[in-house]
Amino acid sequence: MPRADFDRHLRSLQDDLLVLGSMVEKAIAKSLDALKRRDLEASRLVVQEDDAIDQQRFQLEESCIELIATQQPMARDLRTLITILHVAVELERMGDYAEGIGRISLMMGDEPPLKPLIDIPRMAEKATDLLRRSLDALINRDTIAAIGVCKGDDEVDALYDQVYRELLTYMIQDPKTIQRATYLLWVSHDLERIADRATNIAERVIYLVTGKMTEINVSRY
Amino acid sequence: MVAMERLDRSERAAGHSGPCIVADGLNAWYGHVQALRNISMSILAKRVTAVIGPSGCGKSTFIRCLNRMHEVARGTRVSGKVLLDGEDIYAAGVDPVRVRRRVGMVFQKPNPFPTMTVFDNVAAGLKLNGLRAPGGLGERVERALRQAALWDEVKDKLKQGGAALSGGQQQRLCIARALAVEPEVLLMDEPCSALDPIATARIEDLIRELADRYTIVIVTHNMQQAARVSDMTGFFLMAHDRAGELIEYGETQQVFTNPKDEQTEAYITGRFG
Repeated sequence: MPRADFDRHLRSLQDDLLVLGSMVEKAIAKSLDALKRRDLEASRLVVQEDDAIDQQRFQLEESCIELIATQQPMARDLRTLITILHVAVELERMGDYAEGIGRISLMMGDEPPLKPLIDIPRMAEKATDLLRRSLDALINRDTIAAIGVCKGDDEVDALYDQVYRELLTYMIQDPKTIQRATYLLWVSHDLERIADRATNIAERVIYLVTGKMTEINVSRY
Repeated sequence: MVAMERLDRSERAAGHSGPCIVADGLNAWYGHVQALRNISMSILAKRVTAVIGPSGCGKSTFIRCLNRMHEVARGTRVSGKVLLDGEDIYAAGVDPVRVRRRVGMVFQKPNPFPTMTVFDNVAAGLKLNGLRAPGGLGERVERALRQAALWDEVKDKLKQGGAALSGGQQQRLCIARALAVEPEVLLMDEPCSALDPIATARIEDLIRELADRYTIVIVTHNMQQAARVSDMTGFFLMAHDRAGELIEYGETQQVFTNPKDEQTEAYITGRFG
């Protein structure tokens, strides 16, 4: 089989991408868990661990560049490498949002939570689900599943709307809550962006399979 | 610069350019062996068309049919049509020598006439064709050498033997010789396969420059070269009986990033061939 070595490299790159995906998924879960439990030590750890996510992304990027330089990939091989490059960046940015949630939690410090967190964890759950589904679509080269991810983003946008309106009500009723409400608004915005980036990954899946670059679902934010 | 060049090329490929050569149901044989089957392909005027495919797929045979060079070998035969500006070059009464003047060719190995000077090598085509150059032979030779990006390197060596030039210069000398008779089409059969990377890069630049004036068809084994220099790409493949067939033909950018046919995909990604 010609190019067996190149194929092995491509497979291993895809595995490394999945490792990055799982690191990001864990970071999102940990950041939310720390926020809910008001565990500042755990939030600090999320911030620290983002370095490992950045490193994994750089390593992936370097491997892609090396393969482009040494193997002269064409057609599907080229699209695969370009897709991995883009998806690695998307995942790394999702990791930054998890880190951002960790930092917000640290800024909140010992202040009592404004309200019990209900919709924000739901947003996190849905955004993580979209992340997982986008990577499944990538592995399976499944454009239908990719389109499904883009549609799923609407649900996260709707939850963001809801959280925004609720927090606004708090702020109007009692301006003393503005600071704490703003922190939660930032958290929900980070989660909304994570979902958006999952749709970016889904769009890359469609490019990988069809060679066409399209924006499937424009987020409202 | 690179991005601009890329854009120019995709615009060029997408732009409206009429066909210069149209192969219509073209078949070619060596004795009883069919080398090409039913090739229909419109080659656009003032564009670079690359012909790629594995060894033995009929690429060279195909371009040799475009200026009636195929029939030079014994026992060969062609059927179907090749229209040059609408005129069938295989129609009865067409003079193959006239066709070859309009459709020039450059070969794999640089083949300057070894006993002739640089000047005479370029003038040879004009003399053989009995062409009169209005401004004199010297002007015509200089123009051809300039077009082939060789003038500055040989202007003081016009009386020296063509064989004394480097491989890359010899190939540009052959290009100048082909251009001197002012053809409409330039066929290039692996023009860089005997050259080093620097000489190859010079020929590739030259091909892009010449595309403003000439219709160029290049056969190459080097897919990166096809991707770099051409506007359109045709992929040929051997069928079970070894006859070459045109599998896919489209804009170069599309063929190399998103080919329509699985066989093209397998070939250009190096999975076979």
